[in-house]
Amino acid sequence: MIKSLKVLNHNLANADNQLAVLQNELNGQPFFSNKIATFGYTGLQATGIEVFQVNVGKMCNQVCKHCHVDAGPDRKEMMTLETMQLCLVAIQNPTIKTVDLTGGAPELNPNFRWFVQEIKKLGKHVIVRCNLTIILANKKFNDLPEFFKLYEVEVVSSLPSFTPDRTNSQRGDGVFEDSITALKMLNAVGYGVENSGLILNLVYNPAGAFLPPSQAALQAEYKTELFKNYGISFNNLFAITNMPISRYLDYLLVSGNYLKYMDKLIAAFNPSAIDNVMCRNTISISWDGFLYDCDFNQMLDLKVKPTASQHLSEFNIQLLNTRNIVLKQHCYGCTAGAGSSCGGAVAG
Amino acid sequence: MANHYYNSEDLGKFGNIGEFQKPLADKFFDYYGEVFKTGALTEKEKSLIALAVAHAVQCPYCIDAYSADAYEKGYSKQQMMEAVHVAAAIKGGAVLVHGVQMMNKVNEIAM
Repeated sequence: MIKSLKVLNHNLANADNQLAVLQNELNGQPFFSNKIATFGYTGLQATGIEVFQVNVGKMCNQVCKHCHVDAGPDRKEMMTLETMQLCLVAIQNPTIKTVDLTGGAPELNPNFRWFVQEIKKLGKHVIVRCNLTIILANKKFNDLPEFFKLYEVEVVSSLPSFTPDRTNSQRGDGVFEDSITALKMLNAVGYGVENSGLILNLVYNPAGAFLPPSQAALQAEYKTELFKNYGISFNNLFAITNMPISRYLDYLLVSGNYLKYMDKLIAAFNPSAIDNVMCRNTISISWDGFLYDCDFNQMLDLKVKPTASQHLSEFNIQLLNTRNIVLKQHCYGCTAGAGSSCGGAVAG
Repeated sequence: MANHYYNSEDLGKFGNIGEFQKPLADKFFDYYGEVFKTGALTEKEKSLIALAVAHAVQCPYCIDAYSADAYEKGYSKQQMMEAVHVAAAIKGGAVLVHGVQMMNKVNEIAM
């Protein structure tokens, strides 16, 4: 199995080295902040916090080639119960409607189920970014579909193709086959089934150095093919652009695609996506309780700007609600084409 | 710059043909855009047709553009190669079917 960049002591395991690649003026590419300035934006300001996204740990049973978290079985970073308790205090704020749990495989955190139960007690909507194969990784995870159902968790799962070749080339051998089995288990308890109220959304992201095609066309094709070939149904497909950071950045550099990919993102810049980028209504929490504008900024170690509220222990929603977002070149990934977010396209 | 008849950078300059004759370029690009929108055929299906035609007309710019486009739209490597074989079969067939013309002519003049 592939090792994480961190364990390999790879140059790009260091966020500063990634930023040095992204922010290199010699690339001759316009800086994102300058680009949006030509459309009248002097920076980008948050509009509030509706989504509280928590990265509960970097450990994962998979090692995907494009992973922006550099997650894998060899990553030991894990959110503690004490940090989860700080999250529970922060999310009591009534403007926060949704708690989005991600990782790694969030289910590998030993306190995952307790955390979900406590969040639900506060009346919040819970999203789990489930990689599907975790359900089959160990007997103790086989009942996850029932657990998700019990707490009405929205499940969001990556499936970069409805065919095995692309899925396995990106996510590892056998991942497609296990994902299909897991999707059938989720369908069996009602997930993705019409009128069940149990939401199962899938995520497409390109298996290569290119941008996603039309989300609507892709969703129609996924629905047809998955149902025809496997009897699987789901609610929505989110088409997400790969961010040029961490392992995907390494792939772009090694394959000689980095500058061409950035050119593609910049050429596809869509000003109508700016207002709807996810960082404006989201706060991202790292396993050790620090605050970021999004999961990508988290992996680049770009903490939120209000220095008085950079950790859960000093969470100040007034300061955070109107904060200026930290912008770097990877932000082009969220404004290319139809735009991109953890909920898919953001512009028509 | 190296002296080549074809430069890959020129693909990105396709729109510049309007600098010498704008009204016709505008009409062409409007038409081109309309053609590739989903109609009775999907954008994805049209992309694969374009890939096959690109090979038949042996346009390196078109092959570049529609190899990327068809793969991005989700066609497998195998499907794309089969589309190229369709182009090859039609091109080969187009040559061979003229063999009948050759036979007609030869039979006309031969004793």
